[in-house]
Amino acid sequence: MTELKGLFSQNIRRFGMVIALIGIALLFQILTGGILLTPLNITNIIMQNSYIIVLAIGMTLVIITGEIDLSVGSVAAFIGAISAYFMISLDISVAMAVILSLLIGALIGAWQGFWVAYVNVPAFIVTLAGMLIFRGLTLIVLGGRTLAPFPEGLRTLSSDFLPDVLGGQTVHLLTLLLGSIAAVLYIINEWKLRKDYVKFNYNIISLPLFISKLVLITLVILVFSYVLALYAGIPNVLLILLLLIIGYSFYMNNTTTGRHIYAVGGNTHAAQLSGIKTKKVTFWVFVNMGILSALAGLIFAGRLNAATPQAGNLFELDAIAAAVIGGASLAGGVGTVVGAVIGALIMGVLNNGMSILGIGIDWQQAIKGLVLLAAVALDMISKNKSR
Amino acid sequence: MTATILKMKNITKEFPGVKALDDVNLEVQEGEIHALVGENGAGKSTLMKVLSGVHPSNSYSGDIFFKGKKCEFKNINQSEGLGIVIIHQELALIPELSIAENVFLGNEQTNKGVINWHKTTEATIKLLNKVGLQINPQVLIKNIGVGKQQLVEIAKALSKEVELLILDEPTAALNEEDSENLLNLLVEFKKQGITSILISHKLNELMAVVDNITILRDGKTIETLSMDKDAVTEHRIIKGMVGRDVDDLYPERTAKIGETVLEIKQWNVFDPENPANKMLDDVNIHLRKGEIVGIAGLMGAGRTELAMSIFGKSYGKSISGQIVKDGKEVQINNVNQAIENGMAYVSEDRKKYGLVLNDSVRKNLTLSNLRKISDKTVLHKHQEVKEAEKLKETMNIKTPDIEQKTVNLSGGNQQKVVLGKWIFTDPDILILDEPTRGIDVGAKNEIYKIINELAVDGKGVIMISSELPELLGMCDRIYTLSEGNITGEFNRKDADQELLMTYMTRGRRSR
Repeated sequence: MTELKGLFSQNIRRFGMVIALIGIALLFQILTGGILLTPLNITNIIMQNSYIIVLAIGMTLVIITGEIDLSVGSVAAFIGAISAYFMISLDISVAMAVILSLLIGALIGAWQGFWVAYVNVPAFIVTLAGMLIFRGLTLIVLGGRTLAPFPEGLRTLSSDFLPDVLGGQTVHLLTLLLGSIAAVLYIINEWKLRKDYVKFNYNIISLPLFISKLVLITLVILVFSYVLALYAGIPNVLLILLLLIIGYSFYMNNTTTGRHIYAVGGNTHAAQLSGIKTKKVTFWVFVNMGILSALAGLIFAGRLNAATPQAGNLFELDAIAAAVIGGASLAGGVGTVVGAVIGALIMGVLNNGMSILGIGIDWQQAIKGLVLLAAVALDMISKNKSR
Repeated sequence: MTATILKMKNITKEFPGVKALDDVNLEVQEGEIHALVGENGAGKSTLMKVLSGVHPSNSYSGDIFFKGKKCEFKNINQSEGLGIVIIHQELALIPELSIAENVFLGNEQTNKGVINWHKTTEATIKLLNKVGLQINPQVLIKNIGVGKQQLVEIAKALSKEVELLILDEPTAALNEEDSENLLNLLVEFKKQGITSILISHKLNELMAVVDNITILRDGKTIETLSMDKDAVTEHRIIKGMVGRDVDDLYPERTAKIGETVLEIKQWNVFDPENPANKMLDDVNIHLRKGEIVGIAGLMGAGRTELAMSIFGKSYGKSISGQIVKDGKEVQINNVNQAIENGMAYVSEDRKKYGLVLNDSVRKNLTLSNLRKISDKTVLHKHQEVKEAEKLKETMNIKTPDIEQKTVNLSGGNQQKVVLGKWIFTDPDILILDEPTRGIDVGAKNEIYKIINELAVDGKGVIMISSELPELLGMCDRIYTLSEGNITGEFNRKDADQELLMTYMTRGRRSR
């Protein structure tokens, strides 16, 4: 028990976020009379927030570098528009159009990264300009109108589910199978890590605590996949998200370039004098943000099945809020991908719960603002205390 | 007999988990200069924070008497109201404001709420005269040197009708000339009846000006020495600070000097801010294996500029000249190439240029050579932990574990992390820029030992320092640098402080 307490106080930030997410979910579960956590609605929450999560992952990297990107909403809208132009007006194949769109996203990122990294224009200004530029270009591409509908292929990306090749009737069997495989992989991985830790003499948690952790997380995976299976199974977009989350977490924690990103944000001078090409790091982080903005734009356009001039409005603020609630520091050097995802889910559950309750968009905005403020303020207070 | 101006009795202050001050007593006489010495973490700054009200009166136990009256300060304003002014180690000046604006910041000279600039300027000139600074008060703080900034801080203190002036490491960032000015100023103040408390690591300069020295160690008062009555020597003070005999601050080393490892030829560097300004002019130096070479120069002589321009052209514009490594000319245009060619540079400002403070000891130690613990891109965490633990052992870094953030380490241990980080790159040449600035005697001694070991291992070490005794104690050979020119080159046995100083202040090389 004391061990658990110790762990808790050491990782209060991480536990705090998860607890906040669970707390908010339970609160709305009660307030909505059990609608929030129905299989249908859980699936909805994932799909509604998929593009924000994609943006939040990229934004976390940008914020860790010590920069900011205000243009992601406009870029997403622009990519939605241009992909619609490719697919609907020019009749280019979906795969080709997606590849082109992601390339254009990369180019946009390179454009902004160039000004930030090599000309030293503050990112706030560059991306504020980008926000205007790409919103304007969106209007130009669309001629102020809405382009619709998209071909089937793009809609599959954001609105469809994995087909149940196992032919389940009331439950989606493939989802259950994948969920079980994930749980087994998780257990094997944790066990291997623990063995390594013992070998290298790390401080490790005691065996009972370790096993309870394994059981708890395995249960979460299984219950989650069961709930999804009760509705329509795994959404395609969830697969993309999982790939991104696992991939980017690994990248940030276990690669040299990931380490470089943290160092550049933590202390640019020291990083530079340690032989890190700081400008290059900043540049590529923006290129990455451009690609992820493009992906978010495609997912959003596919979900709406239309490219509209107003698409992506205020996405940048949701993405920044998610990253910051998830523990990223605007001073740079601090933040995690998983944190940003949880931050995005907190905002998502709030949105969804309030919508079910029929709270108007006016109050929703105000409440979300207060939550953002409270999250960061609590963080600051706990930091000041520990000092 | 003079009166006691300040008496701090049985002061005990606890932070969560640590007793920072344990029954400390301090007595200061009116009109004296009183030195407060001790290793980092001994409690000097905490004691002064208690005195000035940064730590309010309910957060510690014990009594403070100022001029015989008991004081319970709740904040800085109350202590300043009585004339107790503290000047912190990190200067509290605003770079974008003028000298006059800074001097009267928070104490603006106003007429019914509107600032009276005439009065402000006049009063500032008067105060600046008192500290011996002839400078236009409209000049922005960012445009004057650290030495002058320190004087402006003192002028600011004078504007508050100061009776007790506390200076926390005022000379740490100053060169010898500025330090001397500042200390002379304190002596001048003493004649005018202003009492000073001086916190400093530079014992030799302390001993020249102070009347009494109080030594703190581990949050306790060890003793108060009187310069008149006791036979005070540097050795005696250090013994009190460390609690044991530090027989030799500069450890012995038998130099085994090998072949030339580095040559810098006709090195010219221009100021990036002002390209017409030549910062280094035709510098020629060389370094041999197993040799420690010192570079002595006043602040602004171009010491750091020389080091950084060699280290991957990290400073300067239109750099010309040759770098010869192991007899072959090499092109070094960025830090990566410098590291590949076996160079390492430990900056004079470890917090700004050396460490990622929010990252752990482990991540800082491996940052310059992630290649060694990864295959191309993916890091091997276990190997990293192993290497970091090894460095922690060999460098004797005092930290609970390697996951500790470096911001929580003491200055000496931070410096060991920076050194360790460069040793991890296995360099042939180490350029150490003020490697012992602002760290305590015990840690200094350890750093010297590490530097000696590196030299014995056959590495070439260039050591830049503004403390001449340090250079004379450590180096085999010393160059003097003045206004961007190498003005002299001396073997250790031929050099002394006076000689070096002469050449450090010489304008041009006299051939």
